[in-house]
Amino acid sequence: MSTIVTPPPTAVPPQPPAAPLRERLTGQILLDVKDLKKYFVIHRGFLRRTTGYVRAVDDVSFQIQEGETLALVGETGCGKTTTSRCILRAIDPTSGQILFRTESGKTVDVATISKRELRPLRRQMQMIFQDPYSSLNPRMTVLDIIGEPLLVNGVKSRRERIDRVEELMRLVRLRPEYMRRFPHAFSGGQRQRIGIARALALHPKLVVADEPVSALDVSVQAQTLNLLLELQNTLGLTYLFVAHNLGVVKHISDRVAVMYVGQIAELAEREALFRSPKHPYTAALLASVPKPDPRLRGQRKPLPGEVANPAAPPTGCYFHPRCAFAVERCKVERPAWEQISPGHWVRCHRARELTLPGIETSSTVAPAAN
Amino acid sequence: MALLSVRDLRTYFVADEGTTRAVDGATFDLYAGKTLGIVGETGCGKSVTARSILRIVERPGRIVSGEILLQRDGGYIDLAKLDPDGREIRRVRGGEIGLVFQEPMTSFSPVHTVGDQVIEAIQLHRRLDKARARARAIELFRMVGISRPEGRLDEYSWQLSGGLRQRAMIAMALAAEPRLLIADEPTTALDVTTQAQILELLRDLQRKTHMAIMLITHDLGVIAEMADDVVVMYLGRVVEHGPVDQIFHAPKHPYTQALLRSIPGIQHEARVKLPTISGSIPHPFARPAGCPFHPRCALVMACAAAPDGVCCDHHEPELITVEEGHSVSCHLYRKKGAAVPLALESAR
Repeated sequence: MSTIVTPPPTAVPPQPPAAPLRERLTGQILLDVKDLKKYFVIHRGFLRRTTGYVRAVDDVSFQIQEGETLALVGETGCGKTTTSRCILRAIDPTSGQILFRTESGKTVDVATISKRELRPLRRQMQMIFQDPYSSLNPRMTVLDIIGEPLLVNGVKSRRERIDRVEELMRLVRLRPEYMRRFPHAFSGGQRQRIGIARALALHPKLVVADEPVSALDVSVQAQTLNLLLELQNTLGLTYLFVAHNLGVVKHISDRVAVMYVGQIAELAEREALFRSPKHPYTAALLASVPKPDPRLRGQRKPLPGEVANPAAPPTGCYFHPRCAFAVERCKVERPAWEQISPGHWVRCHRARELTLPGIETSSTVAPAAN
Repeated sequence: MALLSVRDLRTYFVADEGTTRAVDGATFDLYAGKTLGIVGETGCGKSVTARSILRIVERPGRIVSGEILLQRDGGYIDLAKLDPDGREIRRVRGGEIGLVFQEPMTSFSPVHTVGDQVIEAIQLHRRLDKARARARAIELFRMVGISRPEGRLDEYSWQLSGGLRQRAMIAMALAAEPRLLIADEPTTALDVTTQAQILELLRDLQRKTHMAIMLITHDLGVIAEMADDVVVMYLGRVVEHGPVDQIFHAPKHPYTQALLRSIPGIQHEARVKLPTISGSIPHPFARPAGCPFHPRCALVMACAAAPDGVCCDHHEPELITVEEGHSVSCHLYRKKGAAVPLALESAR
């Protein structure tokens, strides 16, 4: 007979299952991104003449409803991080609108408002970073790290800050006794929770999470994903989740936008996108993911070629040189951003006629209960 | 006959602050034409195992015991006994055993062309003049699927994309036609479509050359895709070792089981609570006594409850063979004949 020993205190206690989408949504559109563009100028030579542009984000449009999770997924250089940085106005977009519905119900264009007007907005949009090692100042205690946004936003009383930090640490399942420790005393997963607590300090509405679990070990990844889902339910958060790992994206998102060379190739509800992708790039991405089951081996043909250079993208559809379904039209004409069924947007000339293989959600391989 | 046999390898890092037992009793075999996958999380010792085989463990790390037997001319030589700077190991390193690293960016020198570096590797192990070596480099580049190989040879590593750089790295590792290729996280830095191309390339090369591959990764998907046999490591110990199908469809060790359950897969139901492994990987200086996994194990047996008084927090389990070719180091399987103990069945 074996005895089940109580797990150590860092363990995440049982949580309620994620609330269904309909219950989480308020029906309000929190963020409305329209025709967003961000071009980086390429300078050459002594006179630093402009010789070209890197179209990092090229005509991106999407909406996020209050309470939902939209995932931006794509490969290196597809513009997913640049898009998220534009939304937070960490960088200035070249053109386009980023309409954000503030707490007071007013809609502002984050893309164009002045830095002074932006300041109070920053509180409502927060960021969780990828690397829990470099994103925390090693010389600051956890109290100072999580308390800093409070201090900056006018919580001058130290006592008040300590109380709030304590509350936040409990929220992310860290022990408040450790608030006077430095980041190095924590594991990667715990540091990521410190980063999450810092992001939540000011009651944000929108949380932009850029690859928040990709630096973590598999066993710690699951804890962090559970925490993010739970926080969304309890605090009514809206997530813009930037990631390259499709398994993680499938797990956390309500809707998914697949980016390729600065553009969104396809945007749809999670199940629709995974089960019946409409863009050949989405289908190729899904097929490329190694499945953790040796019996499914050898069911894929690697996508040929490499991601196009955003400084010199191909003519027509950016994906056509690698696409198995490309026709003459794809080489010359750039496909439009079209809604082919309710909520399902695709940028592909052949989206309506193609039937592409997707991934079935299999109940037999669903994770067993612990 | 195994091409390479690692027997109870122990590589420790002895420092003033304490001793890190990076590899603590690893045993496995590699066979020609087969791929052995070594999987584990941070600090499990998978990379140090590879570095030990090639004798490139950095100070203060050293092999304290164990054997690394490389088959040669019908006999074996023990790599663990060789002088790490000696002539003999240099013949093995890059000659009989090729190595591909994770980061193709830092594995090439930025001040020499990739061609010069590949040609150097060829000339180290083959007596060829510059022109012949260059011809061989072009042949290797073509073999790993690099288009316009003549032109690519004269480029610098930073001019190549990640996928091309990794292909060039593999070409260099294959320069002396190794019998064993050690690939340490060869696709971790790559995008998923590029990863699929590189994995396909490795499979293809193995079919052609019949070399053995030791594939080190933290990605269970890559393991499922590539490996014939799998070694699962945790804190320097081999916790489970078996054929790939057994590891994924009938895992024995609670760690392997928990690891497989905690991956958010693209076939899984979304937005449900993922089963987790409690806690985090211990710091190497604070290695738990007994079974290194016991503080995080859901099936841990305390002394009072354990049969014959052997318990997880005091006694380190040894690898036990549970069926042909499948072994596990866990006290749950200690009783002979009892393949699946009751506690485990109920946990599934």
